[in-house]
Amino acid sequence: MPGETQLPASVSVRPARRIGRGGRGAALAWGGAIAIALIAPHLFASGFGLSLLCRMAIAIVFALSFNMLLGQGGMLDFGHAVFFGLGGFATMHLLKLVDGGLALPVVLLPLAGALGGALAALPAGWLATRREGTSFAMITLGIAELAVALVVMIPQWFGGEEGVSGDRSGGVALFGFDFGSAVQIYYVLAAWALLAAALMWGVTRTPLGRLANAVRDNPLRVDFLGYDPARIRFLTFLLAGLFAGVAGGMQALNDEIMTVSNIGSAASGAVLLMTYIGGVGTFSGPVIGAVLVTLLQVALGTVTDAWQLYSGLIFVAMVLWAPGGISGIVQSHAPILRAGRGARLLGPYLALLPAVGLTLAGTVGLAELAYRLQAVRGGARAGRLFGLAVAPTDPWQWLLPLALFVLGAWLLSRLAPPARAAWQEAAAQAARGVS
Amino acid sequence: MQEILLVLLNGLVYGLLLFMLSSGLTLIVGMMGVLNFAHASFYMLGAYFAYTISVGIGFWPALVIAPLLVGVLGVVVERYGLRAVHRNGKLAELLFTVGLAFIIGEVVPLIWGRTAVPYRVPAALDFPAFTLGGINYQAYRLFMMAVSVAIFAGLYAALARTRLGLVIRAALTHPEMVAMLGHNVPRVFTLVFGAGCALAGLAGVIGGNVFTTTPGMAEALGAIVFAVVIMGGLGSIPGALIASLAIGFIQTASVTLDAPLGAVLGRIGLPLDPHGALGQLTIAHAAPAVPYLMLVLLLALNPRGLMGARAD
Repeated sequence: MPGETQLPASVSVRPARRIGRGGRGAALAWGGAIAIALIAPHLFASGFGLSLLCRMAIAIVFALSFNMLLGQGGMLDFGHAVFFGLGGFATMHLLKLVDGGLALPVVLLPLAGALGGALAALPAGWLATRREGTSFAMITLGIAELAVALVVMIPQWFGGEEGVSGDRSGGVALFGFDFGSAVQIYYVLAAWALLAAALMWGVTRTPLGRLANAVRDNPLRVDFLGYDPARIRFLTFLLAGLFAGVAGGMQALNDEIMTVSNIGSAASGAVLLMTYIGGVGTFSGPVIGAVLVTLLQVALGTVTDAWQLYSGLIFVAMVLWAPGGISGIVQSHAPILRAGRGARLLGPYLALLPAVGLTLAGTVGLAELAYRLQAVRGGARAGRLFGLAVAPTDPWQWLLPLALFVLGAWLLSRLAPPARAAWQEAAAQAARGVS
Repeated sequence: MQEILLVLLNGLVYGLLLFMLSSGLTLIVGMMGVLNFAHASFYMLGAYFAYTISVGIGFWPALVIAPLLVGVLGVVVERYGLRAVHRNGKLAELLFTVGLAFIIGEVVPLIWGRTAVPYRVPAALDFPAFTLGGINYQAYRLFMMAVSVAIFAGLYAALARTRLGLVIRAALTHPEMVAMLGHNVPRVFTLVFGAGCALAGLAGVIGGNVFTTTPGMAEALGAIVFAVVIMGGLGSIPGALIASLAIGFIQTASVTLDAPLGAVLGRIGLPLDPHGALGQLTIAHAAPAVPYLMLVLLLALNPRGLMGARAD
């Protein structure tokens, strides 16, 4: 469901004054999202394309549920995959019952995931939301490790190493969905993703959603207003667990298997990566991140072994230079463009392009050479890179990407400050001009 | 009896290694409030550096050079990474170290391969120091204990008795005042971060050859180190020592107990179906969960830990 990348910055959840104004833009964005969800399977009709779209739908719901905590509630949850995974396991067990003859529509099974996720979030949230900030994060880290240890300890329930698997083609065929063709699972997942996203969007507009923002920004003041910040954190946590469980249920239907790895720290890390790269400050940010990182994983994963390194590097670069993520970059430029001052930025930004290109080329070259070197040591062939024959054991071949990287980085260090200054000036002028 | 003694000794070695690892982190967390997720990655780097150096020029130079290298890396990370993200808030600092741990975890197998490297205990210490119940006890393990104890004594003395220690402890509670008195607080932070990383590197040099040196070693210990630091109380070196030893003993002891949980609970009168999923769990199975259970309960009930000075 890549359509949600279209959500404009004006539907941001952060500045309160935009609530009333976002109405038409939001309607347009949601309409666009539904349209793209319907068109996408025709554009990417191959098996690979459809499975990519399914993964995106799951990742979008998972990342949005994660951002209910991180972006909207200011809570960093290191174990969010616990609720995703336990929701998935709940769905899986129900699916197995359906396979055994229980007459339930398989299409509705992610509801079991919602229940599983919320039930798991109940004790976890009770313990964790009593604290805030880093203490909260550390408790969730402990809970995540505990959950993984428990899942490994009880193979009778979680299937040990092999996990739990089932067959989605049984049960009652609601609306004619019997999962006979590959495109059916996509439509089911897309519908669930749209529904879950709409509900989460709705939550941000409720008093609870607003209070979660307030608790993120100033818990003491919320306390003085007569609300219990811990209680608001707890309720937000439950909802986030519930929606993570929905995503887990979608995953269970898509893969027809759940394993320990769906609960572990790697899965929790992945959702953090997606959400942060997309941007935690807006509702649409996690959607952008989920689509991009899934694309990176699947598309780059088939081309190069280095995609994990690349996503790590992108993540660190974002933390260092763009803490608002991609949607933050868009958001900070929207008022400038609206005020018609975008043209002034064109020059300094275009000047940056070759520097960015050189740095990227150098980084990619170095990383690829390193991965090829490892492959060659393992006895594989080095293959070709950008149409060139690669011999990673030859030190001279490392010189070119290294030179590109050093040159690019040096240029960036010279050109970035003026570009930043130009942006700051334009933003200041736009702010003055608008108000 | 001798088995119990052996378990105690192994628990002591493991606990002291945990202490070496967590002493650096406890300094960093206590002083700077940075939950350094890459700490175990620096431990891993220490082990790998030591492996490469010990292949080239031997273990004893590696014992000095590898921690220094890791310390320098830590200084660079603090000066050019952490300090830059500091203005974006605590969350950004934390996420930066998460990303760093991720990148180190990707780069290490690139350089040294995905399987364990044959990093060995130095021949000079690879002899049985004494025999206990037919099992030889390696002299190197005694050396490990000695180094850990020396680190504890050294750190404790340095923090309590030296002028630098005084400045560090003062910067923990009153950074503005310390800066006002003319001390360069950011430089103190950089130093502390570098020293903490060097300690992690030293733990890697010393622990990497007793346990295994693999790309997964950081992930295996990363969360436990946090459990230790938080249990001990942020910033408390004695607290970290007590927590490390406790976790070391509990984990080593419970691994050797394979009584089913159902039978144990049944004996003390708690009804649990001995043939059900939970009843068949042995204590050895449950052992990995113990530190995290302690971590979660302690944080939820008493965030200051055993001996901590700060609660956040």
